[in-house]
Amino acid sequence: MRADRRDFLKLLVGTGIITAFGSVEQAEADIANLPGYPNQFGVLVDTTVCIGCRRCEWACKQWNKLPNRKDLSEYEKDQSVFRTIRRTQADTYTVVNRFENPRDPSKPIYVKKQCMHCYEPGCASSCFVKAFTKQSVGAVTYDASLCVGCRYCMAACPFDIPAYQYDDPFTPEVTKCTFCFDRISKEGCVPACVGICPVEAMTFGRRTDLIDLAHKKIRDNPDRYVNHVYGENEVGGTSWMYLSAVPFNRIGFRTDLGTVPIPTLGKPFLSLVAPVFITIPALAMGFYSFKKRRDKLAEEEIRKILEKKEGK
Amino acid sequence: MDATAATAEFKPTWVQDKLFLGMTFKDYFRSNLTPFNAVVTAILAVGIPVILYRLIYGLGPSTNLSNNNPWGIWIGFDMLCGVALAAGGFVIGTAVHLLGMKEYGFLFRPAVLTGFLGYLFAIIALTFDLGRYYRIPYPMVVSWGVNSVLFLVAWHVALYLSCQFVEWCPAIWEWLNLTKLRRIFMKTTLAATIFGVCLSMLHQSALGSIFLLMPEKLHPLWYSEYIPLFFFMSAIVGGLAMTIIESMASHRIFAHQVKNHDPGQLDRVTLGLGKATSVTLFAYFFMKVVGLAHGHTWVYLDTGYGYWYLVEVIGFVLVPAFALMYAVQNRLVRMVRGWAIVVALGIILNRLNHSIIAFNWHLPWADRYVPHWMEVVLTITVITIGILTFQWIMNRMPILYEHPDYEPERH
Repeated sequence: MRADRRDFLKLLVGTGIITAFGSVEQAEADIANLPGYPNQFGVLVDTTVCIGCRRCEWACKQWNKLPNRKDLSEYEKDQSVFRTIRRTQADTYTVVNRFENPRDPSKPIYVKKQCMHCYEPGCASSCFVKAFTKQSVGAVTYDASLCVGCRYCMAACPFDIPAYQYDDPFTPEVTKCTFCFDRISKEGCVPACVGICPVEAMTFGRRTDLIDLAHKKIRDNPDRYVNHVYGENEVGGTSWMYLSAVPFNRIGFRTDLGTVPIPTLGKPFLSLVAPVFITIPALAMGFYSFKKRRDKLAEEEIRKILEKKEGK
Repeated sequence: MDATAATAEFKPTWVQDKLFLGMTFKDYFRSNLTPFNAVVTAILAVGIPVILYRLIYGLGPSTNLSNNNPWGIWIGFDMLCGVALAAGGFVIGTAVHLLGMKEYGFLFRPAVLTGFLGYLFAIIALTFDLGRYYRIPYPMVVSWGVNSVLFLVAWHVALYLSCQFVEWCPAIWEWLNLTKLRRIFMKTTLAATIFGVCLSMLHQSALGSIFLLMPEKLHPLWYSEYIPLFFFMSAIVGGLAMTIIESMASHRIFAHQVKNHDPGQLDRVTLGLGKATSVTLFAYFFMKVVGLAHGHTWVYLDTGYGYWYLVEVIGFVLVPAFALMYAVQNRLVRMVRGWAIVVALGIILNRLNHSIIAFNWHLPWADRYVPHWMEVVLTITVITIGILTFQWIMNRMPILYEHPDYEPERH
């Protein structure tokens, strides 16, 4: 009996809603769990393994045909770049920085930096022409053919990743790591930087598998790692994740970003738009007619008084 | 005898009447040789080449913008301050046309004109900031990024600009003697005002909401979930203060235009505006305190940024609120005008704090933004062209006075 009623209701509601909006369960799941793209790829960077050879920087420039390319040998020789902490630039999608190791000063820590490819990217929610797209494979891609050059994406990125071609006067573009979108869309291919790494500091795979792997590594080597997978939850989760031997704020990561996705912060305000356009005109017209009525009554009052005077 | 006869006989052509203020070109040219115009010429002589340099060589050589500091004073000052201080049109429009405060009616046209030009030149300045300025219509016609607060700003600023244009149109049609057009546009004033109120509420607060996406870059004392409300309230303050300043200046500079000028009326209205400013400032101050409590950011008050925050919130909000209250109660019109300037400066300080001074506060000083001289010159140039446009219109159209041939606007 109960089952019958439920089935009936399902049928009733289902035919109406499912045809119009898709499945109800799916919608509820979206709101509750934010699965996004559960099969998206990611990369797990183990900073305890990286040797700072900078081959990933070279490979990135080669694959993306970025300007100011140099020979691989120069990258390997040039240690002077490590004197400063560098960030991504218009001609550089990824950089490796060196940090002091508080546990063992003789072994500095090398950290590769590039776009984190957020689960819910701040850049995408900031862009007023939708130039950024979170692809189902995990990459956050940029479409220069739409970009107006307002640079809000750069301001909205919590990791300070997007750079701008300031020196191009007519067709400047925002530049950032593409997660080698073209490569990883093909079966069995990995990003250029991951492919060239001689010590396998980076592991490419399904993001969910990488999270398991990361926690397994931490469990198996509690002395080697701090118990924190950077990117698992930061700003709602990122496709690129990191393992470290020291607290992440010691090696150039911001640990004050929280776990709320950046787009979530702007949503409450955007939801105000329709209510303002509905309530304000109604209130304003109400106010206006009150005022009209008040003026009319006052006028009549005056007329009556004048008529009385004249009547006398 | 000859001289008077000559002037009596001189009948200006349409061009001479409308464009050269009823003079021949020669006389008009001579009348423009003033010290003010000399200063303007000097500014433009430097500024126009700077604009061209920006357009030809790009943002790199002409600005100090960087990958860490993608926004400078063209956004922080020209756009944020320009739009906030141009809120006068919407504030006065609401008071006159919706709330029926008729005694403020004569401020409506100058306020709308100031608002319209304020927005127009804020957008012009913004154009120079955009990497691909020629794509400025893209968010309207090519691709809609509806999840972006900036999308809302772009649309609303564009729509509001049109709204203010519609509100200002009757003055243009009176100037050009187009009676029919004027009648049509007069009827739209109320609708334009209501639409303008909605648009202003949203885009003024949206300009603040832009920063909602940057909790990790904006100092916690300025970052708040209440940013939209803060920006909206302070825009009302800015609009009121600028109306006080602008009406003072234009009734002084263009005094000859206003026949039967009654300084008493302007003084009464100024006191009213001062009172409104004071009340709004108090409300804004208490909202700011609520923001501190809500974000639990008291601890930051005893830091360098905290003192700077107190300078803004006490020095440019609370103190002017009390000062204006005192001035209004004692009917000190000059004091109201003086403090209105302080209030306007406070709004500028607030917007610069959000966009530049307390922005990227976590970065070392070497990576912080300081404007390039060309950025400053371009800003000054755009403002100068704005003032020139204002003056050009004021000299020709019935903004401060009622056109003798037409009935005043009624609601």
